[in-house]
Amino acid sequence: MDTRSRAARRLRRAWKVAQIVLLYTALVSVALVTTGPFLWLLSTSLKTVGNVYAFPPQIIPRPVSLDNMIGVWRLLELQKYLLNTIHITAVGLFLTLVVSALAAYPLARMEFPGRNLIFLALVSTLVLPNPAGMIINFLTLQKLRLINTLPAVYLPSIGNAFGIFLLRQTYLSIPAEMEDAARVDGAGELAIWWRVVLPLAKPGIATLAIMNFMGHWNNFLWPLIVLQDPDKYPIATALQYLEGMFQDNFRFVAAGTMFSMVPVLVVFFSMQRYFVSGLAGALKG
Amino acid sequence: MALGAASATSGSASRVTLARPPRKRRLSHTQVRRWVTAYAFLLPALVLMAVFTFYPIIMGMVIMFYDYTVFEPMEFVGFANFSRAFADQDFHKSVLHSVEYIVVVPVLQILSILVAVLVNRSLPGITFFRTAYYIPVVTSTVAVAISWKWLYNSNGILNYALTSLGLIERPLYWLTSKELALPSVMMVTMWKGIGWYMVIYLAGLQSVPKELEEAAAIDGASRWRVIRHVTIPLLKPYVLFATFMSVMGALQVFDEVFVMTGGGPLKSTLTMAVYQYYKAFGAFDFGYAAAIGMLMALMILVFNIPVFRMLAKGGLKYY
Repeated sequence: MDTRSRAARRLRRAWKVAQIVLLYTALVSVALVTTGPFLWLLSTSLKTVGNVYAFPPQIIPRPVSLDNMIGVWRLLELQKYLLNTIHITAVGLFLTLVVSALAAYPLARMEFPGRNLIFLALVSTLVLPNPAGMIINFLTLQKLRLINTLPAVYLPSIGNAFGIFLLRQTYLSIPAEMEDAARVDGAGELAIWWRVVLPLAKPGIATLAIMNFMGHWNNFLWPLIVLQDPDKYPIATALQYLEGMFQDNFRFVAAGTMFSMVPVLVVFFSMQRYFVSGLAGALKG
Repeated sequence: MALGAASATSGSASRVTLARPPRKRRLSHTQVRRWVTAYAFLLPALVLMAVFTFYPIIMGMVIMFYDYTVFEPMEFVGFANFSRAFADQDFHKSVLHSVEYIVVVPVLQILSILVAVLVNRSLPGITFFRTAYYIPVVTSTVAVAISWKWLYNSNGILNYALTSLGLIERPLYWLTSKELALPSVMMVTMWKGIGWYMVIYLAGLQSVPKELEEAAAIDGASRWRVIRHVTIPLLKPYVLFATFMSVMGALQVFDEVFVMTGGGPLKSTLTMAVYQYYKAFGAFDFGYAAAIGMLMALMILVFNIPVFRMLAKGGLKYY
């Protein structure tokens, strides 16, 4: 009797351990599928001419070489493209945050004629198709003589309904008492927005900032359309362009791709708290 | 910079109203001032959106009725761009491929739900795995395409693995054969989408009240029956929302196709969005490209009607 129950307990414990092992096996396998292609590219970027097409393929390169990582800076002038990307991302991100944060304030806090109309117009941009958007924006930028300049890359995306709605939602979650107190003290609306509202809206701003950062950093198509001079390309567009030119030296392209991924991954890892909460918020809102 | 501009406009705008006597007596001075302030805050966004968002929506509907190439003056042609599309063999091909692309939707949704169920538990290291699954989503399509092209290479590791496992006899031309190119690109779309939809389903799973599942379990329902009769029905709105987005994404697929195959080989991966791009920025045939875009928007609408119906019928009632 006693031994049998002990055996049953042991069996149950063994089943539990087996379950956990199975679970982690599944988790690790999925992780290998989602990160595998990048790991393989990383491995390739650390290889030499000799072992890139080695047979059988070397998962971990022998020897590990940093030649491609260095060569890609020397030969492809990666810094040029990274500087373009930083320029586009920094200015585009800053302007998007300022414009959205300003526009969201009256929509969250003020009553004024035309408010509903503006709301409707903003919502309509989220649902209406804009199939000719790129064409018309290209023509507009041509008329403004901005084609082949970096502002052409970020200007069209600065005013967007998504950012405004996200920040409006954030403002609405902030209690209005502090603003009223500042108003009683005689502060103007701009001062209230800057000193009282913005500091409290940091989480929402952070969410918008991360999403916008990714959007700008990874954008490749629009720069390809509005920039004619490849020297002005941001990194994603440049990689696509270089990949075609460096077919026979793929290791350099692999190394360049690795460099292009680092900033996005760093931002994502360090701020993923805001990212996931922001996504959940956007879903609910 | 924009900050300074906004405060400057706010200042000058209020000065203008100060100079003008109020039209109606009922409107107090401070009220008008407040309205002006509100519009001053909105001004930068409204100006930018008027130029780069609203104007393109309206103008797009105009130029699809015009023969509009950059080289010649615009000419009104009525529905000629549309009848041209109906007769255009390449456009037919692109529509067919975009519709075929919808195959991605059910597979992607089922995989994402399974992965969400897998990571919806508190285990040591679970955040690490969730993050690892999300990496393809935050990476640029170009980096993704370069990685996958390298895997798909005829001397690549995928062919090596499949040959050494004995699954294939000779290397497959994943991206360069007419038959395989479209499914190969679809694989990448699914792979990049799993993390995104996982987060949506994770939010859904975490919104299922624990009490409901516990109550069912106490009533003696087996684990599977709890999932079948409690969890899945409560997840339905999320499934419909994700399906809606996924169908839209599939019909409009552009990035991964454009970067990996550019529509080839022999137009075997030409999708509507890729075709529209070539017509617009390859041939500068803007009127025709706008018409193709409109047809694309209409198709999205048609394909999403069943999803909308279900949303209205069953999905939203749960909440």
